[in-house]
Amino acid sequence: MTYNAGHYDVIVIGAGHAGVEAGLAAARMGAKTLMLTLNLDMIAFMPCNPSLGGPAKGIVVREVDALGGVMAKVIDKAHIQMRMLNTGKGPAVQALRAQADKPIYIKEMKHVIENEKNLTLRQGMVERLIVEDGVCKGVVTETKAAYSAETVIITTGTFMRGKVLMGDLEYESGPNNQRVSVKLSEHLEELGFELTRFKTGTPPRVNSHTIDYSKTEIQPGDEKPQSFSYETTEFITDQIPCWLTYTNEFTHQVINENLQLSAMYSGMKRGTGPRYCPSIEDKIVRFNDKPRHQIFLEPEGRDTEEVYVQGLSTSLPESVQHEMVRSVEGLENAEIMRAGYAIEYDALVPTQLWPTLETKKIPGLFTAGQINGTSGYEEAAAQGIMAGINAAAKVLGKEPVILDRSQAYIGVLIDDLVTKGTNEPYRLLTSRAEYRLLLRHDNADLRLTEIGHDIGLIPEKRYAKFVEKKQMVEEEKKRLGKITIKPNEPVNTIMEDAGATPLKEAIKAYDLMKRPELSYDLVEKMIEANTEISAEVKEQVGIQIKYEGYIKKANEQVARMLKMEDKKIPDNIDYSQISGIATEARQKLEKVRPLSVGQASRISGVNPADVSILLVYIEQGNIARIAN
Amino acid sequence: METDTITAISTPIGEGAIAIVRLSGPEAISITTELFRGKNLNEADSHTIHYGKIIDPQTEEVAEEVMVSVMRAPKTFTREDVVEINCHGGMVAVNRVLEIILSRGVRLAEPGEFTKRAFLHGRIDLSQAEAVMDLIRAKTDKAMSVALKQMDGRLSGLIQKLRQDLLETVAHVEVNIDYPEYDDVEEMSHEMMQRKTKEVHKEILDLLNVAKQGKILREGLATAIIGRPNVGKSSLMNTLVQENKAIVTEIPGTTRDIIEEYVNVRGVPLRLVDTAGIRETEDIVEKIGVERSRQVLKESDLILFVLNYNDELTEEDVKLFEAIQGLEYIVIINKTDLEQKLDMEKVLEMAEGNPVVTTSLIEEEGVDELESAIAKTFFAGDIDTGDLTYVSNVRHIQLLKQSQKALEDAMEGIELGMPLDIVQIDVTRTWEFLGEIIGDTASDSLIDQLFSQFCLGK
Repeated sequence: MTYNAGHYDVIVIGAGHAGVEAGLAAARMGAKTLMLTLNLDMIAFMPCNPSLGGPAKGIVVREVDALGGVMAKVIDKAHIQMRMLNTGKGPAVQALRAQADKPIYIKEMKHVIENEKNLTLRQGMVERLIVEDGVCKGVVTETKAAYSAETVIITTGTFMRGKVLMGDLEYESGPNNQRVSVKLSEHLEELGFELTRFKTGTPPRVNSHTIDYSKTEIQPGDEKPQSFSYETTEFITDQIPCWLTYTNEFTHQVINENLQLSAMYSGMKRGTGPRYCPSIEDKIVRFNDKPRHQIFLEPEGRDTEEVYVQGLSTSLPESVQHEMVRSVEGLENAEIMRAGYAIEYDALVPTQLWPTLETKKIPGLFTAGQINGTSGYEEAAAQGIMAGINAAAKVLGKEPVILDRSQAYIGVLIDDLVTKGTNEPYRLLTSRAEYRLLLRHDNADLRLTEIGHDIGLIPEKRYAKFVEKKQMVEEEKKRLGKITIKPNEPVNTIMEDAGATPLKEAIKAYDLMKRPELSYDLVEKMIEANTEISAEVKEQVGIQIKYEGYIKKANEQVARMLKMEDKKIPDNIDYSQISGIATEARQKLEKVRPLSVGQASRISGVNPADVSILLVYIEQGNIARIAN
Repeated sequence: METDTITAISTPIGEGAIAIVRLSGPEAISITTELFRGKNLNEADSHTIHYGKIIDPQTEEVAEEVMVSVMRAPKTFTREDVVEINCHGGMVAVNRVLEIILSRGVRLAEPGEFTKRAFLHGRIDLSQAEAVMDLIRAKTDKAMSVALKQMDGRLSGLIQKLRQDLLETVAHVEVNIDYPEYDDVEEMSHEMMQRKTKEVHKEILDLLNVAKQGKILREGLATAIIGRPNVGKSSLMNTLVQENKAIVTEIPGTTRDIIEEYVNVRGVPLRLVDTAGIRETEDIVEKIGVERSRQVLKESDLILFVLNYNDELTEEDVKLFEAIQGLEYIVIINKTDLEQKLDMEKVLEMAEGNPVVTTSLIEEEGVDELESAIAKTFFAGDIDTGDLTYVSNVRHIQLLKQSQKALEDAMEGIELGMPLDIVQIDVTRTWEFLGEIIGDTASDSLIDQLFSQFCLGK
């Protein structure tokens, strides 16, 4: 018998990186929210590498922040170092990465959650959903607590039927020996959801005192203070370095000799692992001509001696792991504190979701994060905030929020998942974005703050500041378009120093900035400087002017894409009624049920002729409606 | 709804029939006006037809004499502005017009797209929607099967190689972006990128050159008939023209009008050049002088050299043999109905292995042999031009040109010192255009390439 444990607008199952964003977004939008997690001490725990951000992912963290999410602010308080990557490349691919302080991260995140009014945090294992008339109405925990709800978001990560593998050892477990969730997984299958089996892995952690750092190369953070959040004003200055070392022929020999002992190489059929996060066994087998592989030694925090051995992800037996670790320069005497392991888990086939992350099968039920077949904390947070927003929007009677591929990496991520699905744990890469010149680190606020404000996640004060910045960017661009620079001695000295051909004719400051050798800073020296604007505004103006041609071209492509996105497909469409659509395309369309013709065109197996036919069919329906 | 202007040949491809190139869309009339020598079509009333000429804006040459129908929205088939250009027909003429229109930025219509637009604009009755969808399906399937049939193995092989080259380059740039700290992957430099893009650019240009040669073939082999007076050049010409449907086009030349005759000999389109000279004076050398006749001969793709069976080999004949040395020619020994005076062995020797055919044009003998010699000379005798469906070729050329343009944008970016991740946008576009040629547009290839080419991951 269950007992009635109360009613909520939104229930979030799980408090990992997806769960916390989902819960906070829903609560802040005004929905009465409950967050249930297996272990209150493990909120927003990072079971794998102690870092956040990097190419594509770092931009996602900023996007989450611009929408009013929390990941950026917490990492700004809980890191040991930050680095801007790709500084030598174009603005579109620069990205911030932080080495996280894992224990602090948990502490800070828990603090934020606990202090959110409208949000109840409780420890508990959900075993099943309450589904009435095909609609999700709540959850039941193992302690027989029955919570009723308007919407439920599952963010259970890798916990569903998780299985840890190390050599021939295998046991049911969540990551880091936490309790595993079995019944919920079975329940989802009973409800008719299609699940798949993925795997991922993690390397051993060693004690910092047992590392000989003198044999490794130092990897410090940037000196310049930086932050993920647009609101952060306090910066951590005492940074801690990471260290770089390499595997060698002995390491490879150890691995090769013991390959058959690896859980993933023992011949058992296993879940699909990600290609971009291979185990060291995979690397040695697939690229056996490489003499060495990089190993980054990453401290897991300030107040812990555990060091994450990035690059040695493995499911070899513990005994072999000792040998393998100690073959690496600098790690000759290293003591493993936790051994590496592979973990297999159930994931939901994500084409069962609408772009809002609501399941198609059961209205009111949303899923977000690693359960949807992704990997990575940032990918999880991105889905979390969107699921939270849309679950709350549904309860509050607001319009759902779906970001398109030109608006955010978040849009790319979710569109890829629900449209194409994935046959391996999905990771964001910059190359997945068609319009990455538009999806920059520097303009995440310009892209998304407006949306965050509209849905009530960006407070008025922050919004006013944003509007002011936006205005300043526009005004400064206008100003530069009016200033004429004449060819004279001081100007041409600056030009020559920059390696540019001297000016012969007068030119607008705006146009001069487009010259490859020149930047905002250099042009600023030739004109009256604008003392009222911040470095951020200058950066923005500089990028927008310099890459104007490319940005314009990208915007034209976007306009074409959006035209197809605007052609909505009626939700009651019956694909079996459309003659002429090829069988494969029909099956895919029936499965994915795209919302727009644009989305339909991105499904693999749906070719342009099918799209044309679909257009005609939809138009036929529209004409019929008008006629009626 | 749709905002661009589309075009296609809207009559079945056939030789000699009147063919129509149709344009539909907001720019249909203005673009035609730019190409049309005749009435200002921008001011033409709707549903009127006008005589004039289509000019190739690049060369200022007249491409075709046409009748143009102007039909303004909404009372048209598609309910958009529609222009129909009636060409004299033949694959050559109509295709030339289509190419000129495409070069102005008009998009080649997808299969069934005119009908689709007609439907989407409510022009076609609701009950016909089914038929429209069937039509799109059928036309697409047909176009695809034609495209597949047409795709030369060498072409697709080459395109695939170019794409792989580009893909590896792009993957290299991507790996630098997504894994900036992996030191065993060399950082792609502007120089490396420049080298790669130049290589591919050259290959694309070569391909376009091949396409141009193909175009020469389609537009007719420039064919000159030479020989001393009174050997039967006119008869040969008339025979070829009578046997085969010919289209006569008057082209204003620099000093006088040249009449070109297009004839199709067993699938080999011949453009009999400078035939006016032959007609009027029976002697091209006499009429235009030795130097120019050499020039004409050099520009010819094929020379038909006529000798008289009934006459001994003269010094002039020998001179002509020398003039055409090294060129593609067929020796025609005419008047076999008369007594043999020609030293056949000598002729065979001088012909250096080029085909020698004997005819009696008056008695219509040897014509078959001549025609098969012409066919053999150029196609080793076994090409079936029935397969040369035009539109797909035009499509390939268009896509190659778009690839070329995109790659040039990339090269310009490199010159300007743009960051490689930005240059890469244009390289990727090139890759996509090339993919459209062979019908491969899967976007996941890059990520597959990334992880097979590099050892990545934490």
